[in-house]
Amino acid sequence: MNRSRLRFVVGGVLLLALPFLLSGRGYLVYLVDLAGVYVVLTLGLNILTGYAGQISIGHAAFMAIGAYTSALLTLKLGAPFWLAMPVAGLIAAAVGGFLGITALRLSGHYLAIATLGFGVAISQLAAAWEPVTGGFQGLKPPKPSLFGILFNNEIKYYYLELAVVVLLVWLAVNLLRTRAGRAFMATRDSEIAAQAMGISLPEFKTAAFATSAFYAGVAGSLYGHLVGFISPFDFNLSVSLMLLAAIVVGGLGSIEGSVFGGIFITLLPQLFSRVKNLPSVLTGVVLILVVLFLPSGLADLVRRVKLRIIARAGTGAGPGAGVAAGTSAGAGGEGLDVSAGD
Amino acid sequence: MAQQVASGLAMGCLYALAALGLVLIYKTSDMVNFAQGEMSMISTFVAYTFLSVAGLPLAAAFVLAVIFAGLFGLAVERAFLRPIQNAPVITLMIVTLGLYLIFNGIAGWIWGYDPRSFPYAVVGGPLVVGKVIISRDSLLVMGVTLFLTLALYLVLRFSLAGIAMRATAQNAVMARLMGVPVKRVHSWAWGISAVLGAVAGILIAPTTFLDPNMMAEMNIKAFTAAVLGGFSSLPGAVAGGLLLGVLENLVAGYISTEFKSTFAFGLIIIVLWLRPHGLLGAHHRKKV
Repeated sequence: MNRSRLRFVVGGVLLLALPFLLSGRGYLVYLVDLAGVYVVLTLGLNILTGYAGQISIGHAAFMAIGAYTSALLTLKLGAPFWLAMPVAGLIAAAVGGFLGITALRLSGHYLAIATLGFGVAISQLAAAWEPVTGGFQGLKPPKPSLFGILFNNEIKYYYLELAVVVLLVWLAVNLLRTRAGRAFMATRDSEIAAQAMGISLPEFKTAAFATSAFYAGVAGSLYGHLVGFISPFDFNLSVSLMLLAAIVVGGLGSIEGSVFGGIFITLLPQLFSRVKNLPSVLTGVVLILVVLFLPSGLADLVRRVKLRIIARAGTGAGPGAGVAAGTSAGAGGEGLDVSAGD
Repeated sequence: MAQQVASGLAMGCLYALAALGLVLIYKTSDMVNFAQGEMSMISTFVAYTFLSVAGLPLAAAFVLAVIFAGLFGLAVERAFLRPIQNAPVITLMIVTLGLYLIFNGIAGWIWGYDPRSFPYAVVGGPLVVGKVIISRDSLLVMGVTLFLTLALYLVLRFSLAGIAMRATAQNAVMARLMGVPVKRVHSWAWGISAVLGAVAGILIAPTTFLDPNMMAEMNIKAFTAAVLGGFSSLPGAVAGGLLLGVLENLVAGYISTEFKSTFAFGLIIIVLWLRPHGLLGAHHRKKV
């Protein structure tokens, strides 16, 4: 068994056994579930910002659209969860595509401001449109059920979510290897050069927004059914800022970076929740430190540390070690257990 | 109708001040300061502290807070932005977003989240001009805005510092070759911008009450005003602010107050759609 396969198996077993490793502590499993939601969100935002180079400071709005869609479908129309979740993603994607069309004429700061306005407007709309969204009273999405199983506790929900997260990570990894994924990166690196190579900017910018919004919509649906309560507060500007922080801290344009980032912003507020505001101040500090000293994020730090360890181990092992270090650097992108191994 | 326009203009003046600060920084150092609103919130709290804790009169508190704001702006630029001035757009943006989180949190620690009342600078009954009723406070706001805009215009037009700032805005590399201290110009822009923000904050505080999130709404409006006028134009920022204030008040008066801010967003989208460089902004072509 080669090393990457071994890593995949060990990672898979660990992920499957995780709720039991945290046994008896429902709250910890709940946090892991929450982290799963954020991982989906950061993945989506990273596709848009990290890979396609389009910034969004209103991403919580797509999450809100997904969460409300899914909640309304299940509550008012009695739709099953397996239908509500993808539909939530698709509706968010449709709105994202529309915003993407608007974004065609904007870049950099202007795009940031337009998405900021979008984010604020959606959360205000959720508060103002009381007959549908329940205003600040919010909505209470039911626990999902699938094939006769009711996912009514954290552990069951964990497996449901694990399946979704693994699927979406796998999709993201593969998407980025297709023509569309490469077109995203080309657009990010230079719009003019990308156009000169025959890439249709309207097509791929809209696609990037729609894909990213799809992820956020699905995450919103997962969030609503996990927490069991949604209100406009859950999708305000600070959530969008945290998401942006997550992908910057994790690593822009990196799948495993998105995973780190998602986990990071879920756990940070929990670690320091005793002191009010400390999480937000710390996020700010970490954000600035990362931008100044670690521009490629945590994912890059992990890669560098790994390389150094291999290089150190290699000094005693003779000429073969150099090759090992070399291949490992090449495969550096395939770090985290499930993300790339799948 | 005339009444709506008049009260809209008073609000629009505040948007214009905040937008001027944003545009000034954008023009000279090519970045958008997302922490602008939080910086003016902190300056307003400083004014409040001078007022209530030190027991100074409002005028003295105002002057001290404005001085504080200027120094604060200089310090922020020096400490956080000068080290990364050549970084890509997204990096600069993220640093100011980080500052936003830090300032907001710190203000919460120092001053708490209970809304506090802030006194109006002028008291007395409203004035009646024809059919329009206008409060003394609104008049003061308009007067201060007019004065500051005029002062800024004169400084930029005639003083050596102003000419240096305009040169930097036009072409930073060329300005440096001509002996303009570009780094210092960036600091000035931040200082002036912080002062404009502080004045806007102190003027709006009596209406919104004082708390760490008081500028949340104002922030979005300032961005809208700046976008409306074209981010690269100072007169545009003023025009955008006034226009936004009036339009928004008309929407609130004739359609619904709840959709006031949603309207501001819709306006951003429409303006950017029709005129991506704003009403008065210059169109820049990017060279390959």
